[in-house]
Amino acid sequence: MSSSSHWRTRRQRLALVGEQCPHCQAMLFPPRDICPSCHGPAKEPYHYGGVGSVYSFSEVYTAPDAYEHYAPYVVALVQLEEGPLLTAQLTDVEPEDVYVGMPVEMVTRRLRAEGPEGLISYGYKFRPVPERVAAH
Amino acid sequence: MRPALPVGIVGYGGYVPRYRLPASEISRLWPSGGEDGPVSSKAVPGLDEDTVTMSIEAARNALDRAGIDPAQIGAVWVGSESHPYAVKPTSTIVAEAIGAVPHVLAADWQFACKAGTEALQAALGLVGSGMVRYGLAIGMDAAQGKPSDALEYTAAAGGAAILVGPAEEAVARCEGSVSYVTDTPDFWRRPGRTYPEHAGRFTGQPAYFAHSLAAARELLAELGWRPDELAHAVFHQPNVRFPTQAGQQLGLSRQQMALGLLSPEIGNAYAGSSLLGLVAALDGAAPEQRILQVSFGSGAGSDAFGWITTPLLPERQQLASTVRDYIARQRQIDYATYLRYRGQIVME
Amino acid sequence: MRDVCIAGIGQIAVGEHWDRSLRDMAVDAVVSALNDAQVERPQMLFVGNMLSGQLSLQENLGALVADYAGLRGIEAFKIEAACASAAAALRLAYLAVAGGMCDVAVACGVEKMTESRSDRVTTALATAADAVYEAEQGVSFVALNALLMQRYMHQYGYRREDFGGFAVNAHANAAGNPWAMFQRPITPEQFATARLIAAPISLLDSAGIGDGAAAVVVMPADLAGQPPRKPVRIRASASATDAVALHDRRDPLVLDAAALSAGRAYAEAGVGPQDVDLFELHDAFTIMSALSIEACGLAPRGHGVGLAKEGAIALHAAHPMSTMGGLKARGHPVGATGLYQVVEACLQLRGEAGVNQIKGASLAMTQNIGGSGANVFTHILERCW
Repeated sequence: MSSSSHWRTRRQRLALVGEQCPHCQAMLFPPRDICPSCHGPAKEPYHYGGVGSVYSFSEVYTAPDAYEHYAPYVVALVQLEEGPLLTAQLTDVEPEDVYVGMPVEMVTRRLRAEGPEGLISYGYKFRPVPERVAAH
Repeated sequence: MRPALPVGIVGYGGYVPRYRLPASEISRLWPSGGEDGPVSSKAVPGLDEDTVTMSIEAARNALDRAGIDPAQIGAVWVGSESHPYAVKPTSTIVAEAIGAVPHVLAADWQFACKAGTEALQAALGLVGSGMVRYGLAIGMDAAQGKPSDALEYTAAAGGAAILVGPAEEAVARCEGSVSYVTDTPDFWRRPGRTYPEHAGRFTGQPAYFAHSLAAARELLAELGWRPDELAHAVFHQPNVRFPTQAGQQLGLSRQQMALGLLSPEIGNAYAGSSLLGLVAALDGAAPEQRILQVSFGSGAGSDAFGWITTPLLPERQQLASTVRDYIARQRQIDYATYLRYRGQIVME
Repeated sequence: MRDVCIAGIGQIAVGEHWDRSLRDMAVDAVVSALNDAQVERPQMLFVGNMLSGQLSLQENLGALVADYAGLRGIEAFKIEAACASAAAALRLAYLAVAGGMCDVAVACGVEKMTESRSDRVTTALATAADAVYEAEQGVSFVALNALLMQRYMHQYGYRREDFGGFAVNAHANAAGNPWAMFQRPITPEQFATARLIAAPISLLDSAGIGDGAAAVVVMPADLAGQPPRKPVRIRASASATDAVALHDRRDPLVLDAAALSAGRAYAEAGVGPQDVDLFELHDAFTIMSALSIEACGLAPRGHGVGLAKEGAIALHAAHPMSTMGGLKARGHPVGATGLYQVVEACLQLRGEAGVNQIKGASLAMTQNIGGSGANVFTHILERCW
């Protein structure tokens, strides 16, 4: 990922900022200039809460360049509670524990690094909602 | 020390990664004559975690508890000795992720294991002077110990974020703080080196104990607090023995130390250590309790803080995962997996 | 619009052609097609290709292939639509000839996939997906299809093994295709125990990638019709798009672009799905077969897999599919694959499919899918001699 592309997408990657169409209220992630539902201009930022559930998932054994170091890893389509579906890795989870419908929440993690010299790419991943132990 | 305006902790959040390396795995690789390790296991970050990602999660927990608009945060400061970049701030990434940009001070702090509380001292000052309404101080580390070295048992990952703000919004008021610093070369790392060096037993009396106890005693004297009046006391935790002995030397009971002593289970979170202990204490504290927090950083110095919890604390405790939640969420790994997660297996 | 025919076909065997370059393969297919059509010089050449820039550091394929095929001077350029690049080239040739812009156009598809390490190829294939919101998340192209398959299994209650019929059929048919990469049958047991590459997708759900090139000569029907040519009429040529990213689709389990392009093709040809004698579908993954079948109206939603389970897609069954091995077993040189489908359909319609010949085949459909369903081309071909 180039510096400029990194910079342009920083709010989406790090803070899950998408859009809500001001005309038809469609919830959009990732952000785009034209609403796919009503075709009007869509530029209202919307900060997603990061809570969702697994719509589908796979475990990647043969990873693309720069991701081999992390393989195997789980990728998923995650349905945000506000509606949009997005593609992301799952983390802090054993592949055999993942199921369709599993509640997950957004975390920010390393996606990859361009070797020891290059930029580190951070972005959203999802993980199972941690269990809470009883209060003291 | 005390800021001009009354300030306190308006939000706090810890983070401990999911993986644990048992001490028995280290002694299996590097037998040392049958002695037990200094901790029973240590927290290890996953493949996709580092000081940036862990700081972001701790900061989000602090914000969840504070319930404020992140745009009102005037400073995001991250203290660590394991920033992912040698040049490029961790703090800007954290500030962006929590929505505190662009009108915010952002910097990375460095003072061995005291970097996090150094940032906290500065945040108390900045908020206490009225320059900003909220300041976020984070101590976080993903520490590395040289294989087979004693430090390998304890060099762990984790830390905490403390959101400082006006005392009237605080879950714990700051009653005062002390910094105690001398040039004491007990532990260091030169540029470009992977692992730190240390001066063995010299890290004990002249370094850890001298600074921690001096800072603690001076603060207690300044505040007029007797040790038995403390509900909770938290020290920097490079192992189990040091904080336990420091507490004993101050006349503290096991019970006063219990909530904040995390090193037996997670090891030494370096710049995150005493902050994480403080957060664990806040997780379990009741209103109107006195908490003593003492950090230590090699090189060397200690920051001591006196906190008094407020009636706002109980309602905020469950607004985010507690340190105990994170500690309970654990998965043991073996030494080979540990090497992989720490990037020690040559891949290219 | 003029009636348009495929007047000549050419292909090379799909495989690991260590001794042949991108241009060698393309030239071979183009020259074969021109010879088959008994044409010396076309006016236009459209080269379908997806990966030459990434894997061979070679673009500008139109001029390169034209020059090396001895056609310097003609109009020629490359067209890219991910795995549907070759069908896109055919569509251009069709438009040019039907619209009267020229009388002889060649559509060629070529892909050289063995020039790079496999992780480079994995990365390159992922460029068919959304670079920022899919590939940057570490999702390989196989994994995108795995996400579809997992959801399909969950939603409709299938098991992995239920998809085996597609692969078993493809391999059985490839055994009779001398141009196929895997000319050997597989058993359902082999399918069930194959190594997973992105769960639940195994090696045997996936088309094998290889080097290859295929080409056709496109001419107006009135010029193509003289014997001994065996022209095949293009009854319909249609294409449609959908969101590139799976997560942006109306419903990930519905290939809207496939349904749109098939619907347009049916309307153009004035036929329905039941009229088609054979269907060369885009079986890059077994899940794509199921979704394509459903989109084309050959089975209701959630029942595409059923067709393979019931044996309805075999050579002499109701809906023959992948009749020369499909992408799965003939091999999948991605930017060339759409023209292999068309060449194979022509072989069937010309009665030249050898042991795989479907008796009396007169109407064939091909569907070439780019990306995970983003750009879909459907052609309906008819015997007309």
